[in-house]
Amino acid sequence: MGFLSRFIATVRGTSTASSLDWAELEKELLASDLGPALVAQLLETAKKERGDDAVAAITRILNEQLSSKSRELSQTTAMSVLLVVGVNGTGKTTSVAKLATHLTSRGEKVVLGAADTFRAAAVDQLKTWGERLQIPVVSGKENGDPAAVAFDAAKSGAELGAQRVLIDTAGRLHTKSDLMDELGKVKRVVEKVAPVTEVLLVIDATTGQNGLAQAKVFSEAVAVTGLILTKLDGSARGGIALAVERELDIPIKFVGTGEAAQDFAPFDPTSYIAGLLS
Amino acid sequence: MFEKLSSRFSGAFSALRSRGKLSDKDIEAAVSEIKTALLEADVALDVATDLTGRILEKSREVLPTLQSGTNQAQAIFDVVNQELTEILGGSARRVRFAKNPPTIIMLAGLQGAGKTTLAAKLAKFFKDQGETPLLVASDLQRPNAVNQLQVVGASVGVPVFAPEPGNGVGDPVKVAEAGVKFAQSKFHSIVIVDTAGRLGVDEDLMKEAISIRDAIQPQEILFVVDAMIGQDAVRTAQAFQDGVGFDGVVLTKLDGDARGGAALSIASITGRPIMFASTGEKISDFDIFYPERMASRILGLGDVATLAEQAKKAFDGDSAKRLEDKFVAGEDFTLDDFLEQLEAMAKMGSMGKLLGMLPGAGAMKKQIENFDESEITRTKAIVQSMTPLERRDLKVLNGSRRARIALGSGRKVSDVNALVDKFTAAQKMMKQMRNGGGLPQGMALPPGMALPSGMPMPAAPKKAAPPKAKKSRSGNPAKRALENG
Repeated sequence: MGFLSRFIATVRGTSTASSLDWAELEKELLASDLGPALVAQLLETAKKERGDDAVAAITRILNEQLSSKSRELSQTTAMSVLLVVGVNGTGKTTSVAKLATHLTSRGEKVVLGAADTFRAAAVDQLKTWGERLQIPVVSGKENGDPAAVAFDAAKSGAELGAQRVLIDTAGRLHTKSDLMDELGKVKRVVEKVAPVTEVLLVIDATTGQNGLAQAKVFSEAVAVTGLILTKLDGSARGGIALAVERELDIPIKFVGTGEAAQDFAPFDPTSYIAGLLS
Repeated sequence: MFEKLSSRFSGAFSALRSRGKLSDKDIEAAVSEIKTALLEADVALDVATDLTGRILEKSREVLPTLQSGTNQAQAIFDVVNQELTEILGGSARRVRFAKNPPTIIMLAGLQGAGKTTLAAKLAKFFKDQGETPLLVASDLQRPNAVNQLQVVGASVGVPVFAPEPGNGVGDPVKVAEAGVKFAQSKFHSIVIVDTAGRLGVDEDLMKEAISIRDAIQPQEILFVVDAMIGQDAVRTAQAFQDGVGFDGVVLTKLDGDARGGAALSIASITGRPIMFASTGEKISDFDIFYPERMASRILGLGDVATLAEQAKKAFDGDSAKRLEDKFVAGEDFTLDDFLEQLEAMAKMGSMGKLLGMLPGAGAMKKQIENFDESEITRTKAIVQSMTPLERRDLKVLNGSRRARIALGSGRKVSDVNALVDKFTAAQKMMKQMRNGGGLPQGMALPPGMALPSGMPMPAAPKKAAPPKAKKSRSGNPAKRALENG
């Protein structure tokens, strides 16, 4: 039984819970990385309700934080390009492989662009995925210009009649302005070939409050259209993604739940919010 | 000084300063704000609660002896800083070496923490100390993790033991075991075993980690953790401690702007020392861990020292050396040198932006605004419109030349005049310094290294320092000329 249910069971029938119960509730909500401000707001509202209404109230407020934008991948009739971006170690390359699997299973032809020309063996890593999934991977020279690789990938995609081109990029901290500029350039260069219909920011579910700063800065550089929230199979609940939805109105489009290509699903608000409260 | 803290912390302290003698209620209110500030910095709730409990206690002891609000606020700040530094550095120690080599170090942590990159950094660190490290590629799970280790190992000239290709092929326990045996047979003094990332909740993989540990019996198991991790830090650290166990901690990606409260949580809950700090993607971005810098960062003061080091790296070290040599040789400081220094400053990725990345930077806006990078661009344009002769010898700059330069750089003649005056003053200053004997303070530093006046140093501040007078203290005459206007 989730902590919230236990809490409710304790206060059922009474108008106030003991201060100890509220402390427990606060603890769990904070543990989800919702941040002290939102948690304070949740508690304030919950205290005004009684019993079951408190659960509903908290769930309602959490739902209100979500973006109302579509969680579908933008569709075009022509070929479209998806950029996958994020800070180091969040699971971009694995997510690209998962996304490719997901799109292929929907009958779409996919081409991958190995535009992480910086990290040792990053291109090899994506190529290994390409081999496993039987999907073409376009790469360039080591330490080469990622924009050039992205451009080539889009061109190849067009030649091969692909519906989607997924561009894997190097992990970069949002505090590195030259790397953020580089990302902007990658997008601009690719757009000469085909429209970039999605810029997906990959966020690790274990990330704390810094996740919001990441999303803000990446958005300024390349207009992020959606999030991929990864590593939700761990003990982290990914509450910071909710803050991104609220503050920046960027919808979570997919979640990653493991290291295999199948460990991937479209975002489901109900189970996510239940997870925050469990 | 308090304005430079994150707004939450500074709010807590400002409230105190405006009062006379602090009542217990005042202290409690301030400490409550401090707790929220710690939570915003990703410190775990239990840790924040414990810590603020102790801060409250100590503050109550210290305060009765002080009079004014400012001193009292400072006293509480000092208590907070001390507590943080104590938790972060209290159990600091060096790497334990084995009585009989090799010393075996095993890396463990979540996926994406930065273990493989760290392995190479550690290898280089020990190699530079005269050790003979061996890297062992025991991550057989992540696609091309073995390749990655081989590439980074080669980049630091350290051999990599990789009998299995990985990508799901091979037994990590056997590889680790064989790696240690190999190290023994080849008389390596240190073995660094890279392992696959694993979740704290993954029982099977935790069992595997335990098997690796039991097979190789490491002197050190280092828990590698990303500085941006949030509240999950505690659950995960505990899971690893209860599972494979660890002796020390390494924090990675400290070059970001995550406050890093997780460091406090992990240190507090596990009692294990944080031994190293990884501060970037390059092999050289590695250092021992400085508790005072971390305390400073958590409080929102930013990690000025690390930032300064990064700025230093971004700057072309050769250029500074060339200038230094020139100075020593008695050669004149020319406009070309001036231009080079300006370009180096611009290269630092826009100093204003860089400074702005520091948490609490809003309060430092004044200092940031004084550092006008667009002025650097304008100055560059003017100098670039000059001919080499003109740059070498300012005396030839007559009216028509100045007019041409102004036109070419899109500026007014008065701007050109202003630059010439500033530069002439800078040149004079250089000559004076040289004739005065010896290198001036800070001459060896790259330009821009003297941070805007009033910026706090990472060590616990002793007093609330008043903002320094406008006079620039930069070791770079070009920058001084710009700042002194």
